[in-house]
Amino acid sequence: MKSAVIVFPGLNRDRDMIAALTKVSGTAPAIVWHQDADVPDVDLIVIPGGFSYGDYLRCGAIAARSPIMDKVRERAARGVKVLGVCNGFQILIEAGLLPGALMRNKSLKFVCREVKLEVVNADTAFTRGYTKGEVFRCPVAHHDGNYFADSATLERLEGDGRVAFRYAEGTNPNGSLHDIAGIFNEQKNVLGLMPHPENLIEAAHGGDDGRALFTGLLGQAA
Amino acid sequence: MTIPNDIRITPELVADHGLKPDEYQKILDLIGREPTYTELGIFSAMWNEHCSYKSSKKWLKTLPTKGPRVIQGPGENAGVVDIGDDQAIVFKMESHNHPSFIEPYQGAGTGMGGILRDVFTMGARPVAAMNALRFGAPDHEKTRHLVSGVVAGIGGYGNAFGVPTVGGEVEFDERYNGNILVNAFAAGLADTDKIFYSKAEGVGLPVVYLGAKTGRDGVGGATMASAEFGDDIEEKRPTVQVGDPFTEKRLLEACLELMATGAVIAIQDMGAAGLTCSAVEMGAKGDLGIELDLDKVPVREEQMTPYEMMLSESQERMLMVLHPEKEAEARAVFEKWELDFATVGVTTDDLRFRVKWQGDEVANLPIKELGDEAPEYDRPWTAPKVPAPLAAGDVPQMDVADALLALMGGHQTASRRWVYEQYDTLIQGNSLQRPGGDAGVIRVEGHATKGLAFSSDVTPRYCEADPYEGGKQAVAECWRNLTATGAEPLAATDNLNFGNPERPEIMGQLVHAIKGIGEACLALEFPIVSGNVSLYNETNGQGILPTPTIGGVGLLPDWNQMARIGFAAANEVILLIGAPPSRGTHLGQSIYLRDLFGRKDGPAPHVDLAHEKRTGDFVRKLIRSGVATACHDLSDGGLAVGLAEMAVASGIGATVTDLTDQDPVLQYFGEDQGRYLMTVNLDPQGDDLAALWREAEALGIFAPWIGTTGGIDLVLGAARPLPVAELKTAHEGWFPNYMADEAA
Repeated sequence: MKSAVIVFPGLNRDRDMIAALTKVSGTAPAIVWHQDADVPDVDLIVIPGGFSYGDYLRCGAIAARSPIMDKVRERAARGVKVLGVCNGFQILIEAGLLPGALMRNKSLKFVCREVKLEVVNADTAFTRGYTKGEVFRCPVAHHDGNYFADSATLERLEGDGRVAFRYAEGTNPNGSLHDIAGIFNEQKNVLGLMPHPENLIEAAHGGDDGRALFTGLLGQAA
Repeated sequence: MTIPNDIRITPELVADHGLKPDEYQKILDLIGREPTYTELGIFSAMWNEHCSYKSSKKWLKTLPTKGPRVIQGPGENAGVVDIGDDQAIVFKMESHNHPSFIEPYQGAGTGMGGILRDVFTMGARPVAAMNALRFGAPDHEKTRHLVSGVVAGIGGYGNAFGVPTVGGEVEFDERYNGNILVNAFAAGLADTDKIFYSKAEGVGLPVVYLGAKTGRDGVGGATMASAEFGDDIEEKRPTVQVGDPFTEKRLLEACLELMATGAVIAIQDMGAAGLTCSAVEMGAKGDLGIELDLDKVPVREEQMTPYEMMLSESQERMLMVLHPEKEAEARAVFEKWELDFATVGVTTDDLRFRVKWQGDEVANLPIKELGDEAPEYDRPWTAPKVPAPLAAGDVPQMDVADALLALMGGHQTASRRWVYEQYDTLIQGNSLQRPGGDAGVIRVEGHATKGLAFSSDVTPRYCEADPYEGGKQAVAECWRNLTATGAEPLAATDNLNFGNPERPEIMGQLVHAIKGIGEACLALEFPIVSGNVSLYNETNGQGILPTPTIGGVGLLPDWNQMARIGFAAANEVILLIGAPPSRGTHLGQSIYLRDLFGRKDGPAPHVDLAHEKRTGDFVRKLIRSGVATACHDLSDGGLAVGLAEMAVASGIGATVTDLTDQDPVLQYFGEDQGRYLMTVNLDPQGDDLAALWREAEALGIFAPWIGTTGGIDLVLGAARPLPVAELKTAHEGWFPNYMADEAA
C-alpha cells in the first residue's frame, strides 16, 4: 500500500508519522509539501500533527483552506483513505471532511499524557488491527481536543458506527462529548483522531499499542 | 519625516543606558569624540553585564572547559561535544529571569525560543529541552500567577516548535518572591563535520538578515536584564520580547536546509541586543569590519529609528555571511518557508562597525574594542560566612512516617506532573525517560542502541549556606543523576544566577560557587562547555538565593542497559551505595529541618569528590552489567524520600531494617552526599552479591543490603507502615491542589 504525508508549515509531528509509516510498512511515504500541485497516486493520505500556521485564527483553519486540501477532498470523494491525527484531525474538521468541532481542552491547558482508548468500531480499514471493545494505551499531546457536536450529529455518529475510538476508564483528557477521541466520515474512508498512535509503536516508546492502526492499514512490514 | 540622531548626550542619558561615568569616559577615550545617540545605545548593549560578562569573566576563565570529547567550549552560541559515530551533541542553558517576572508567558516562551536558536544556529536539530524554574514562596500573592504563566509560556513555545521537554526543576523559596528564575536548556544533534560557527571569513561578502521582521519589542532588554528591579517594574513591560514559535519552527527548517546547500560561511542568531550584538560578534571574531545599511532591514513598524533597529530584540531572526555565488539558492530556501531574506550589509577589511541609515552614517566604531575592550572588573568580594555545625544531639524529633508523608506531600518534593504534563514530552518519538525520574533520556535516532541523558540541578539553600560546597554539590548532583540512569556524564553547561555583584558579599558567593563548580568539574571529568551568567537578581535590595544551575549531558552506549527509578519487582535486594555506615548523618540545611521545623541553620553537606567519583563509577558499572533493576540517587529528603519515590514510581512497596545505633531521623532524613539506592535481582545469599560486596569493599565503598522490595506498604524499620497508595496521593496532590486554590 502506498501512502503520502501532507506537510504544512508549522506541523511538527510529520517526522514521527513518517517514521511510523516507514517502520511499519517498510516503505517510506511520499512527502507532499502544501504548495505542491497535486497528491501522488496513493492509497492512504495522512495529515500529521503539529501547529500548522501556528494555530493562528483557529487550529487547522488556515491549512484547511490551502489549495492542496481541494486535492485531498477530491481523493477522499474517490474513496482514498485519509487519516488526520491531532492537528490533522482539526484540519479535516475545518476542511469539512469530518463533522463537529475541536474546542480548547476543558482544563484550558495543553495536556501531554497517556490515556486509554476503547475501540468502538473495529470493522473498518483503519481499525481492523484491533477488536471491538478492546482497550489500549495511547498518548495525547494537545491544547484543543475537546470534541463537540450538536446532539443530532452525535446521535448520527453513534448510530452509524462512526465513532472510532473513545477515551476509556475515566481518562478523557479534554472534556470531549461522549468521550470521543476519533471519528469517521460517512463512508468510513476518512478518520480523524486526537491521540498519537504513531508515538507508541515500538519498545523504545514503552509499548506498541498504537502499531495495530498502522498494521491494519498498511499490512505488516516484511 | 526624518528622525534625529543627534540627541545631546547628558549624564542622565548615560546613566539611563546603564553606563557608569568611568565607563562613559572609556568610550570617549576610545573613539576620541562624543558618541551619537545610536552609538551610545550600541555601547550600552555591548558593555552591559549580560553581554560582556564584565563582573564574572575573571572567574569564569578558571573553569575547566576542555576534555577529550569537547569539540567547542564556551564562547560560541552553544557547546559541542562528541558522542561518537561522527555525531555531536550541541547544548546550552540560558536564563530569562527578568522578562519572565515582568511578563511570564512571553518572557518564558522567548527564553525557550532563544535557547533553541542558540542550538540550531550551530547546525544542530534540537532533540531535547529542560527548564529549571524557581518561584517565590507558595503563599506569596504573585506565585500562582507566575507559575501558571511561565509553564504555559514554555509549553506554548516548545510544544509548537516541536522539541520534547525531558526534565527540569521547580522550586519555591521566599527569596525568589520578587525575582523568579527561568533557566532554559536545549540540546541538538549535529554531524561533527557540519557544525556552524559565528566567525565571519572573507572581505566584501554579503551579510544577510533572515527570519522575522524587526519591531520595537525588546528595545533595551539586555540592559534591563543587567539592572536590579525596583517598584517601577511594570514600566519595563515594553522591554519584554514577544515570541512566535511558528516563525521559529520555519526558521529552524529553513536554516537547516540552507546549511545543507553549503552557502553559509558564518551564522549568528539575534538574541540579546539583536542586530548589534550579532553583527559585532561575527565581525570581531573573524577580524573583519561590518557595514550595515539599515534601510534594507525588514521592519514591521514605520519610522523606526536606527537606535531602535540596532537595539530591538525582536525574536526569530538570524544574521549570516553567505557565499555570494549561492545567494540565489539561499533566497529560494527562505522564500519557500515564507521568511524574510535581505542583504543588509557587507564584510570589510578595516575593523570598523559602520551603520548607515537614510544616507547618513549613524555609527562608526572600532569593532574589536566594542567586544574585546568591554570593561572587565575585578570586583571586591568577601569570603562567605559558613554557618556553625548543629550542636551535638540537636536532632529535632518527629515520627518518621509522619515526617515522610509531610515531605512527600510538601512543595519541595511533591510530583511536578502538573507542570510537565503541559509540555510535550514525547514528540519526535525518542523519549526513553520522561520527566519524573533522575534524568531525562532520549535515544539517538538512527542508532540501534545509543541514548543521551539530561539533568539540571542545583540546591540553592546549600549555596546560600556555603557557596563553595553548594557549587560542588550542584555539579555532583547533576553528574549523579546522569550516572543513576547508567549514562557516562560527558559535559555540562552552567547558568549562574546571583544578586548584585557590586555588593562584596554577593561577589563572594559568585567567586566561591565558581571555585566549587570548577573543582567538581575537574574531579568528575565533567567540563563546562557553555553557559550564561545572570546577575542583579534583586528586588529592592533583596537578593535571590545564589543559584548556579548545572545542566549536564550523559551518554548511554546501550539504552537496553538503562536504570529507572521505580522498583522493578517484588523480593529484590535494596542496596544503599556510597553512604557512611550510619547511613545518614547530616541534617544541616536539610528539608527535614526547613520544611518541618522552619529551621534554616547548619552547614551545607560536604561533597567528597574522590568518593563521589568512585561511587558513581561503581554504580554505572553495575547498571551496565545488567544486575541493577532500578537506581535512584539520594538528594532532598534523604533515604526516606528516595525510597518513597522509588515505591511511588512503581506502586511496589518495600521493607527496610533500621540501624539500631543511629537516630532514625538522621538515618532517614540526613542529606549526606554521594549516595544511591539500587535494587538488584541477585540471591541475597548468593555468590554474585558476595562478589559485588567484595568489589565495593576493595574500592572503599559501603553498599549494605538495607531492605527488600515487595508488598503494598513502605515500611521504614519501626515506623508505622505507609501504604504506597497514600504516599502517592500525597505526592501527586500538592501541585494541582495548590494551583486550583486560586483564592488562597
